[in-house]
Amino acid sequence: MKFSLGPNMFFWPKNDVEQFYNQAKESSADIIYLGETVCSKRRELRAKDWLTLGRELAQDTNKQIVISTMTLLESPAEIVTLKKLCDNGDLLVEANDLSAVQIMHDLNMPFVAGPAINCYNLSTLKVLLKQGMMRWLMPVELSGDWLKTILTQAVDENIRDKFECEVFSWGYLPLAYSARCFTARSEDRPKDDCKYCCINYPQGRKMNSREGEQVFVLNGIQTMSAYQYNLINEVTQLNDMGVDIVRISSDSEQAFTQLDKFKQQLQTPTKHLLDPENECNGFWHKIAGMSVA
Amino acid sequence: MELLCPAGNLPALKVAIDNGADAVYIGLKDDTNARHFAGLNFNDGKLAKAADYVHQRGKKLHVAINTFAHASGEERWRKAVDNAVEIGTDALIIADLGVLDYAANKYPDIERHVSVQASTTNLEAIKFFKNNFDVDRVVLPRVLSVQQVRQLAKTSPVPLEVFAFGSLCIMAEGRCYLSSYMTGESPNTVGACSPAKYVRWQETEQGLESRLNNVLIDRYQEGENAGYPTLCKGRFDVDGDVYHALEEPTSLNTLELIPELKEMGIVSVKIEGRQRSPAYVEQVAKTWRMALDRYQQSPESYQVEGSWMQTLANLSEGSQTTLGAYHRKWQ
Repeated sequence: MKFSLGPNMFFWPKNDVEQFYNQAKESSADIIYLGETVCSKRRELRAKDWLTLGRELAQDTNKQIVISTMTLLESPAEIVTLKKLCDNGDLLVEANDLSAVQIMHDLNMPFVAGPAINCYNLSTLKVLLKQGMMRWLMPVELSGDWLKTILTQAVDENIRDKFECEVFSWGYLPLAYSARCFTARSEDRPKDDCKYCCINYPQGRKMNSREGEQVFVLNGIQTMSAYQYNLINEVTQLNDMGVDIVRISSDSEQAFTQLDKFKQQLQTPTKHLLDPENECNGFWHKIAGMSVA
Repeated sequence: MELLCPAGNLPALKVAIDNGADAVYIGLKDDTNARHFAGLNFNDGKLAKAADYVHQRGKKLHVAINTFAHASGEERWRKAVDNAVEIGTDALIIADLGVLDYAANKYPDIERHVSVQASTTNLEAIKFFKNNFDVDRVVLPRVLSVQQVRQLAKTSPVPLEVFAFGSLCIMAEGRCYLSSYMTGESPNTVGACSPAKYVRWQETEQGLESRLNNVLIDRYQEGENAGYPTLCKGRFDVDGDVYHALEEPTSLNTLELIPELKEMGIVSVKIEGRQRSPAYVEQVAKTWRMALDRYQQSPESYQVEGSWMQTLANLSEGSQTTLGAYHRKWQ
């Protein structure tokens, strides 16, 4: 089984991004995803900067580098940027919207179907394979049983070797996308005058219930889980069911520690106690996502 | 421009047609549609009756099969397509790529509409659906501004339908797992957001509390209007500020956009609310029919009447309406 660093979904200053990827270079990850997946107004790194950074990483390491693309694309300008990223010539691309699937298909290039592509069943997976999908991440709300069903069906239909399967296994879960910017709203600003305020919240803004229970994280137009998803206790199960890649989300430098922990877990499994006030694994176990099984 | 009204049962369907709907959309009595609520929707017998009622009056029926097919139950979604075609539906509203593939191959002559749940917000995504499933219409999610809808309408190879009135979903539809994060059940998987079985109301010393799977969604002081605890419409705490952090309880109302929508070539305006009563459907259909007819008769002098707005506000969440994402400032 391989291990990947998913795209960082927060908005950081360019220096911090570069520093993070300098560390990522030295990390134990086999695959690194990078790029803006949330908001096209975030331009500390522009499309060409992400590609430059990606190429540097590809040169300096023997890790696979993947350019992750936007999830909610609403304007022609965003599509122009998306096309630039897709038609980059050398780096693999993660599609997070069907627009990217369409573009990659037109380019006749293989792609990764990210977790925001709604692939809930084998028929859909087959549609995506026809488009050129080479790796699949299931939607984060789905369970281990659900995944197992699809993977078993893929074996039965002799197509399991046509794609790799990656599972989002650690970090704040991307849960929803809106036209509205909730971070700007939290500062009482409209999106058109957001002053790029996401940059002041490198871990997003916590949205709690009025009883102090952590509910969501506001990250611009994206809503995330307030608890970090953690499938460390399921690593052996993932391996046994034929998952090819475990994804650790690049929430912060914690990701590097988690990478090592997950790898260690595969070698010598031990039972980890999750902290129900900061961690969750409900989705995998087919219960409320925010809970711990 | 077609007026497309919702119906959760036969009486609602009849009043929709009788009050001016050009078409009605309905769902089957299972989890194949995104309004899978107890006591709602159509079994096989009712489905045939619905089709008869609509067709005898020269109107159209759309059947929504717009949740995502379960890995272990794809057959149910295919069966839903078969049933809808069998009773003579005029259009299938589908979100799942696998189900679309099935419908396109087995029933190439039955219209296929891309459900709002497929979250199709740009030209390339529309091309994807056109190229792969030769779809006849795309229903746009409620995340685009009027300018963005206009740009898309100019270039789209497929006719577009937009939401005109009803409960306001503020997230890109089909890409929201907030409900399953809190309860384990989401619109995509079970066809319901913030399902009623997880809702609890409680009188406390601090006020009336609404909870969803035990998470406090809102707390009301005396005299405050308490609404259904849809989880994105509660009041939450962000660093000490308590407010509607995501959205207020409010409904979408676009009566004032009728001239623009018509001019940009939108083929259908959709009313939300299959879960609402026949009385709601009757009032909304009647009001929208009046507005569309008024515009048709004299486009230059079209103005939204105060009485229409009042009628619609009374049927809305929190008695308020908004232009939502169509209006940039809302975003």
